[in-house]
Amino acid sequence: MSEATLKTRPGFSFRRIDMAAIAPFIALIILLIAGIFVNQNFLSVNNLLNVATRAAFTAIIGVGATFVISAGGLDLSVGSMTAFVASLMIMFLNTGIIADPMTMLLAGVAVALLLGAACGLGNGLIVTVGKIEPFIATLGTMGVLRGLTTWLSQGGSITLQNSDVENLYHPVYFGELLGVPVPIIFIAVTAIVGAFVLYRTPYGRHVIAVGSSEDVARYSGIAVGRVRTVTYVIQGFCVGIAVLLYVPRLSAANATTGLLWELQAITAVVVGGTALRGGVGRIWGTICGAFILEIVGNIMLLSNFISEYLIGAVQGAIIIVAMLVQRSLMRRT
Amino acid sequence: MSSGPDAPPPFVLEGRHLSKSFGPVEVLSDVSVALAAGEVHAVVGENGAGKSTLMKILAGHLMPTRGAIAIDGKEIVFSGPVDAERHGIVLVHQEILLAPHLTVAQNIFMGRELTRGISVNDREMNRQASEAVHALGADIAPTMPVSRLSIAQRQLVQIARALHVPHRVAIFDEPTASLTPFETEAVLKVIRDIKAKGVAVLYISHRLTEVAEIADRVTVLRDGKHIATRNAAELAPVDMARLMVGRDVSHLYPERPPEATCEPVLEARSVDVPGFASGASFAVRPGEILGFAGLIGAGRTELLEGVVGLRAHRGEIRFKGAPVTFHTVRDSMHHGIVYLSEDRKGKGLLLTRDLPTNLTLAALSHFVRGPVLDRGKEDAALSEAIGEFDIRAPRRDMLAGQLSGGNQQKLLLAKMMLLDPDVVVIDEPTRGIDIGTKQQIYKFIAELAAKGKAIIVISSEMQELIGICHRILVMHHGKIVGEVSGEAMTESEIVVYATGVKTAATATVTAGAA
Repeated sequence: MSEATLKTRPGFSFRRIDMAAIAPFIALIILLIAGIFVNQNFLSVNNLLNVATRAAFTAIIGVGATFVISAGGLDLSVGSMTAFVASLMIMFLNTGIIADPMTMLLAGVAVALLLGAACGLGNGLIVTVGKIEPFIATLGTMGVLRGLTTWLSQGGSITLQNSDVENLYHPVYFGELLGVPVPIIFIAVTAIVGAFVLYRTPYGRHVIAVGSSEDVARYSGIAVGRVRTVTYVIQGFCVGIAVLLYVPRLSAANATTGLLWELQAITAVVVGGTALRGGVGRIWGTICGAFILEIVGNIMLLSNFISEYLIGAVQGAIIIVAMLVQRSLMRRT
Repeated sequence: MSSGPDAPPPFVLEGRHLSKSFGPVEVLSDVSVALAAGEVHAVVGENGAGKSTLMKILAGHLMPTRGAIAIDGKEIVFSGPVDAERHGIVLVHQEILLAPHLTVAQNIFMGRELTRGISVNDREMNRQASEAVHALGADIAPTMPVSRLSIAQRQLVQIARALHVPHRVAIFDEPTASLTPFETEAVLKVIRDIKAKGVAVLYISHRLTEVAEIADRVTVLRDGKHIATRNAAELAPVDMARLMVGRDVSHLYPERPPEATCEPVLEARSVDVPGFASGASFAVRPGEILGFAGLIGAGRTELLEGVVGLRAHRGEIRFKGAPVTFHTVRDSMHHGIVYLSEDRKGKGLLLTRDLPTNLTLAALSHFVRGPVLDRGKEDAALSEAIGEFDIRAPRRDMLAGQLSGGNQQKLLLAKMMLLDPDVVVIDEPTRGIDIGTKQQIYKFIAELAAKGKAIIVISSEMQELIGICHRILVMHHGKIVGEVSGEAMTESEIVVYATGVKTAATATVTAGAA
């Protein structure tokens, strides 16, 4: 015991630094520095804001995925869900059942958010009440939602035809607030609220407990099924938020909307240091992971020595490297 | 021993000055033990005395930190259990390590399948397995899947598997822990047989009467140290117990709180837990310590898990006189009933989380300010728990998994006490805990009872139940078959109930009495 007490004094504060938590931020800084050498334009405020804006979809969906994954689940349906929710939102706006464009738009926003949350609730109930592996359950809904989108669009695309609403809606993706692009504000607000819920509320503590050990959580009187289900609802709600940015960007949705976004989101979560087996959730790491993915793509575009057609390959490699780094950091502690 | 004690027999296997440390903790220190051909050498000691560690070193599962192993007087280093087997040392584990979906024969030959050409020779394996099982006095079809065997039959298959390897030394780690007296006799007969063939047997147990019956020599370990090695004939079970514990055993248990006489706080009336327990009725009063005894697999854990809502159950449960329904454990917790699992690491604590997170997990709603967690309050609760339950954590920012078993149990107790329950169910309160901490846990239990909480203790250590309980219910095959209290609380009385030798005529033991 005396040995152990001795250890606490020197190096105590150093040991408290959790390498696994700050590793993604170090990686981000290294990438930023590497970017300067590739192209002087890289570090321009404009380029960086541009990159951050484009990371918005992955980052916002990733916040939801952080909840699902740190509770020990997985959601593969988020890409299809984006397409489905976006299609229905546009179709709703096109009905023009409300004359006032502003009210119409707000109603559309409510539809998107509620529909996202409802899709998430569906996923959650299939997993918890139906007791189906999250991987399989959301693989199923991924197919269902993608198929429904294709059917709704009859293989083509669904375009926003209500021009009053479109004009009103346009700045939500392309506008700025105090010089900051609106999507970045969306990222910040989603992340702040997500971090607050995950780190500072009893519900967040329950998410981590369920992800660490379902049995311990159950024997501690935590409603494991409810906690799990709500993580999927949060995920769906985050998809709804992403749709709010997606629709004004293209004013259309089709069968390929959000294709492979689930992999982007999971990559951002894992690169950010959240454990895929559950029990560890890092919201800010996820945001960082989303930026890393976008910056890698951006650097490849700006540089001349790697073809941008290899972006997918590089992002795939990033997941593997991130896991290796995570594990080696884990061993040391 | 016929060869006479003056000419020491050549030792087949020796452990010389073995020590083993895990991190800073030395669990075995300077222990020597020697086995002669054709002798049964028993190693006895309390849980945590180092028996299992010693055995694992001798069977090549662990490397000693210091000391050496010698075969026929020549020192040797095992690279692993397979290497030890090659030298003729086999180990029969205490836990059942068989693949449940494979057959008896497939298990016995796992990893050393007989082949004919490129295919496995099932017919020959079945024949040999059948022979091996019959040699142990058992009648089990070699084609039977292990999942359909009883615990005792599985233990016999496991012994058959171990003894199938050519061997000179057989190490048995508490082989009879989960067996009835009849089955135990079969295992002891096997040991006598292989001893007669000149095999050296190392026999680990804490059933001392069994040891006295079968052993030629006895080595006593305590706290990882060698205490004595004697001829079994010179050592009565009582003396073994004294050497094992090394102190006056009567001080281990606190004074029993006065017996309660008021109305029961929790009552179960013919509760069924499908597949595990049926028709169980019992009642516990405030201030009472009620014990549940029985063999492993008797359904004690499952019955109580059913009663608190952790498992599906039928039957009537009354709390403070009113009928209640517990669909989940949350329901019983809200009423003030807590259950501390026997599986501390798997179901009690989040091993990868820090101490305050674990402490407040079940009572998290008491630690909020508005919607926000109050970390200051959590920290204060930890300080209080550390003081009240004497949790010894070298650092406050440790993870729960880094605490010793005893301190984990104290933390779990503190966690559940934050709910301020009226009924506390503790399953195996001192499993894997050293004797000093055991004493403290008993004291906590007695204090909680003295404060008016009803305590239910499930334990496989009969001495422990006898030492702390007011009353003990004994389960056998999912039924409560007997109740002992007062003078009748003796190990032998419990055993006859637990093994099904005797069943109380009063099937409705307590519901009526309560």
